[in-house]
Amino acid sequence: MNSAKERLINGIVKENPTFVLMLGMCPTLAVTTSAINGLGMGLTTMVVLALSNVFISLLRGIIPDKVRIPAFIVIIASFVTVVELLLQGFIPFLYEALGIYIPLIVVNCIILGRAEAYAYKNPVLPSLFDGIGMGLGFSAALTCIGAVRELLGAGEIFGIHVMPDSFVPVSIFIMAPGAFFVLAVLTAIQNKVKINGEKKGKDMSKIQSGCNSDCMNCADAGCAHRLYDEKADSGSVEKTEKVTKEDENNG
Amino acid sequence: MVKDLLVILIASSLVNNVVLSQFLGLCPFLGVSKKTNTATGMGVAVIFVITLASAVAGAIYQYLLVPMDITYLQTIVFILVIAALVQFVEMFLKKFIPALYQSLGVYLPLITTNCAVLGVALTNVQKNYGIVTGIVNGFATAVGFTISIVILAGIREKMVYNDIPESFKGMPIVLVTAGLMAIAFCGFSGLL
Repeated sequence: MNSAKERLINGIVKENPTFVLMLGMCPTLAVTTSAINGLGMGLTTMVVLALSNVFISLLRGIIPDKVRIPAFIVIIASFVTVVELLLQGFIPFLYEALGIYIPLIVVNCIILGRAEAYAYKNPVLPSLFDGIGMGLGFSAALTCIGAVRELLGAGEIFGIHVMPDSFVPVSIFIMAPGAFFVLAVLTAIQNKVKINGEKKGKDMSKIQSGCNSDCMNCADAGCAHRLYDEKADSGSVEKTEKVTKEDENNG
Repeated sequence: MVKDLLVILIASSLVNNVVLSQFLGLCPFLGVSKKTNTATGMGVAVIFVITLASAVAGAIYQYLLVPMDITYLQTIVFILVIAALVQFVEMFLKKFIPALYQSLGVYLPLITTNCAVLGVALTNVQKNYGIVTGIVNGFATAVGFTISIVILAGIREKMVYNDIPESFKGMPIVLVTAGLMAIAFCGFSGLL
């Protein structure tokens, strides 16, 4: 359950943060005006996610349970600041393009969600790969959405002209309204898959609509409960309980 | 001075609408827009918190971070200040103005995770707004949020009676509506 490969596949395919869980929609819509911006945002988020997962996993025995959310936020915000300064220094064009959405990675549901649901309960190495897997899934999704919008809106992919000259770019797709339409089609496809799956009797409960459907519950745990991997977690909780009991016996 | 503030007021509330052109605060925009009165409640709470948060964040930036030359810590400081502020406002209202707490209380915890609040604080710094300008910008942004969420709620109330394709039921049709609203709000860009 905790092998590196399993965590990577879980993040990229099974629990893809964008296509399956529908988390972190603000940056998804805002920066996907082109494939390269989407990829940049995805990779930036991945770095923050992997680093914060490792750090939170290392500190999981030290952080008191009651103040864990503020502690997570401080850790995440520190890494976001580090990454922001690095981008400003070394990849200035990306820093300009992403602008205010880099510091806003702090409030991205995916990162806090993974911290709460996975890193806080698991060892360092699986947490690292969990972060990388989720980050790659997020990057792949943002690049795809960015590519579609760039193709329809400017006739280009990664800045290379690919459409025939007779194609008139539908520039609305790289503007704000286009983002809503692309996401609408995306959620419609997700709905369709869910409906078809339920007809065939498959378990589709993993497929979520993120915070969208019910914001009231979302705030309780900062979206975290939606990422709760029940089987894995109940197992690990039992284990830790056993360990503490053994410790008590030894003591 | 007054003219500049008016320009900011219109620009932040209509032209660069926080939800429809900057995609901040999408979560409550989509989640709490089923009924007009809850949407209005959410809108008022957001106006209250964002205006207060931009005042406090602006003051901390001007009088604490700049003199100590630690402006690079702004993200960490702002997120903590906002989270603490929302908690504090909630406790204050509960204790001293219960009537207001009754109507706004439910929405306050939701706002902590709202990226619009942090977004406004950071925009104010990025654009070098002073404290007063920052407060006006925060207020205008929040008014823009309220306008769009109330309009969306009004449309959604009517949309219940429509015949929608099965896979577009729920969120997708709301997103299409938001997209159409965004096109309409593009019309404001000629205003300035």
